[in-house]
Amino acid sequence: MGIYFKYLWIHFKSQMEYRTSFWLLSMGQFFIPFTVFAGLYFLFEQFGQIRGWKFFEVALCFGIIHMAFALSECFARGFDAFSSLVRNGEFDRLLVRPRTTFIQVLGSKFEFTRFGRLLQSAVVLVWALTNLDIEWSVVKAVTLLLMMVSGIFIFTGIYILAATLCFWTIEGLEVVNIFTDGGREMAQYPLNIYQKWVTRFFTFVIPFGTVNYLPLFYILGKNSGNEIYYMLIPLAGSLFILPCLLVWQFGVKHYRSTGS
Amino acid sequence: MRVHLSVLKLRMNIGMQYRTAALAGVATQFFWGFITIMVFEAFYEHASTTPPISLKELITYIWLQQAFLVFITMWFRDNELFDLITSGNIAYELCRPCELYGFWYAKLLAQRLSSAFLRCFPILIISFFLPKPYNMTMPPSFLAFLLFLCALILGLLLLVSISMFLYISVFVTLSPMGSLLVFSVLGEFFAGLIIPVPLMPEWLQIAANVLPFRWTADFPFRVYSGHISQHDAIIGIIIQLIYLLGLIWLGRAALNKVLRKVVVQGG
Amino acid sequence: MIHLQGISKSFKIAKRQSGFRQAAKSLFYREHTIVDALKEISFSINPGEIVGYIGPNGAGKSTTIKIMSGILVPDTGSCSIMGFTPWKDRVQYVQNIGVVFGQRSQLWWDVPVIDSFELLKDIYKVPQQEYQTSIELLIETLELQNILYSPVRQLSLGQRMRCEIAASLLHNPKILFLDEPTIGLDAASKIAVRQFIKTINKEKGVTVILTTHDMNDIEALADRVILIGKGSLLYDGQLEELRKQFGSQKTITADFRKNAKPIDIQGATVLSRSPEQVVLSIDTEQVNTSEIITQLSNNLELIDVSIEAQPIEETILKLYKEYQI
Repeated sequence: MGIYFKYLWIHFKSQMEYRTSFWLLSMGQFFIPFTVFAGLYFLFEQFGQIRGWKFFEVALCFGIIHMAFALSECFARGFDAFSSLVRNGEFDRLLVRPRTTFIQVLGSKFEFTRFGRLLQSAVVLVWALTNLDIEWSVVKAVTLLLMMVSGIFIFTGIYILAATLCFWTIEGLEVVNIFTDGGREMAQYPLNIYQKWVTRFFTFVIPFGTVNYLPLFYILGKNSGNEIYYMLIPLAGSLFILPCLLVWQFGVKHYRSTGS
Repeated sequence: MRVHLSVLKLRMNIGMQYRTAALAGVATQFFWGFITIMVFEAFYEHASTTPPISLKELITYIWLQQAFLVFITMWFRDNELFDLITSGNIAYELCRPCELYGFWYAKLLAQRLSSAFLRCFPILIISFFLPKPYNMTMPPSFLAFLLFLCALILGLLLLVSISMFLYISVFVTLSPMGSLLVFSVLGEFFAGLIIPVPLMPEWLQIAANVLPFRWTADFPFRVYSGHISQHDAIIGIIIQLIYLLGLIWLGRAALNKVLRKVVVQGG
Repeated sequence: MIHLQGISKSFKIAKRQSGFRQAAKSLFYREHTIVDALKEISFSINPGEIVGYIGPNGAGKSTTIKIMSGILVPDTGSCSIMGFTPWKDRVQYVQNIGVVFGQRSQLWWDVPVIDSFELLKDIYKVPQQEYQTSIELLIETLELQNILYSPVRQLSLGQRMRCEIAASLLHNPKILFLDEPTIGLDAASKIAVRQFIKTINKEKGVTVILTTHDMNDIEALADRVILIGKGSLLYDGQLEELRKQFGSQKTITADFRKNAKPIDIQGATVLSRSPEQVVLSIDTEQVNTSEIITQLSNNLELIDVSIEAQPIEETILKLYKEYQI
């Protein structure tokens, strides 16, 4: 595990070589979700509410998902950019090193500029939390944290699946954006505003629901029930990454038997 | 003209080869269209006041956005042109300073057209056949459709003239990309990509109307659905022309000024 | 140490269509062809050898190297290197090998070379003491002192290649795979790299497997040459034998006092003739060099004689021709 931090360190040094570019890109990374949030704000100004959810409730949802996304973009960028690794033969280089492919791909990229989005989502989160009337408890706080962590696992899992696709084709990978960017845009609203089948798909197949409306009901006090149960929901969602890892192993095996 | 046709054909060939990419791109756009419409559906359900644009009109607006996305995005997300220019071919091109603006303009235009060609037809055609209420609808009259086409073409020309500024800035003055990213996101915002212009608060709509961005996308799309009356549409087209001519004139002046500096410095 | 037995590998390659109609068709299905990249390759290499692994493009060289370095899994056959099966025990096995891909860098681009070395030390879990000794030796022999703290992107190709080779040896591997190590280098750098490889082989007993298109690399380094063509092993023998078989041609250039008499030497072909110089081509398999020179001195007042061996490229070309590849 220590090797991962050594990778981070070398990426940090690399990116510090281009300081102005770093700050400007970070600003851009802050600004883009900011405009999306501004859009959300104006829509609420126009409509008042969305299927029962008020502005700050949706803002909380927004903040959590965007933060999870920003963090997973930071960590899993190596998988996101995996197509270039395969295309220029660099993956062979990884196979010649005495470490698992997983940790090496994870350590192959880390973009610190994504902190711009992280900061923006943190601001939204704090703003939403200070404007909501929540009866806080330890369990609720832990649930909130777990929502974020699980979100990271889900997004990372999707990135891993996308990267595995690269072993078969480096065309058409755009589709995965449906689940990463698309998933984020969708899950920034509480998922139950959509049609039933959409909600179901994104709760049971790609479990965004477990870090979205289900625990959100609980935190906002709209549901009563076993507290621990609600805390475990996001944890269940984070298990999503396990089948993704298996698929990755399968993909590596395929690559090694068919070449590039 | 023939050059551009053959470039178009070549690009479509290449496009066909990357079959999965073509399908994937269309699939992605459908997904985005659907999510956006579903979110608006949810908003409209219990709207406290009558919204300034009907859901039906909004749906055509969104599908047109997706079909003609390449007419809206400032920063051309296709990296091909980007790579082509940064790879050093610019050196050859700087040898013909007089026609450079026209040459680049034509190139950018061709890029966008060929990219739009591949995407817009499948999206438009399929969106007509979607189940209600998600489907795309026909314009209210044939005249509205003609006005729409006119506004769309002018909109494209206008967009290219705006993006010329971006390219001049990056490739000639080599200014950093982060600031241009912000500029392009703002441009897209005011074109109605993130929130449709009619749904913006009053003060923001005024800003949007003054800036040229909405005249590339928001305007033609609302002409199509009839949200903008035919009378207003004709006035709008005239405004488009004014913006277009103004921006081209400014663009040429800016390019010449910058090139003179580059040449003086010895390139 | 290295044993390959009956290694075979084939690939499915998708056919890309040209033309608009074909392209539209390919939207629905793709045709494939099967290429036999390797057919029953077998050879053994002993520790401390330097082997040149040559063949035309597409012969199967890089496929073999990929199998030997654990990247690729063959269809049939067995391979045992230092007791490991490369593709099965990948993580443990690669600890003992070093690989240099001539055209691709293993160093991190924007940071000083030394930072890349330190990260590699951690990746390979090299103990600090061992690392210290290795790196001091490498810096000294490859003359890296001045470039150690420069970012890789600022180095010339020759400097970068020296760093690449150093990087591949930090963990004291027993086998070194070199894929086009001198490509694009200037003459001085090529000589430096070759010299270094010879030294490392002699002093540390590192087994070297070298694939290259630059035959001078082979000439300078390899004792043994393995030729692969169209997936099959065609030749496996010492370089000397190869020279004798295919490189027997020699060129004799003789300068002499002005003499316009026609020169007819038995067993030699006249390539060019001027009143003061004659260039002959002889086949040393058929005639003796000294005999030819004796004949020359009998007929002419010789001032200077130079003998050139056949350039290695020509030897290899003859070899390729022999096997029709």
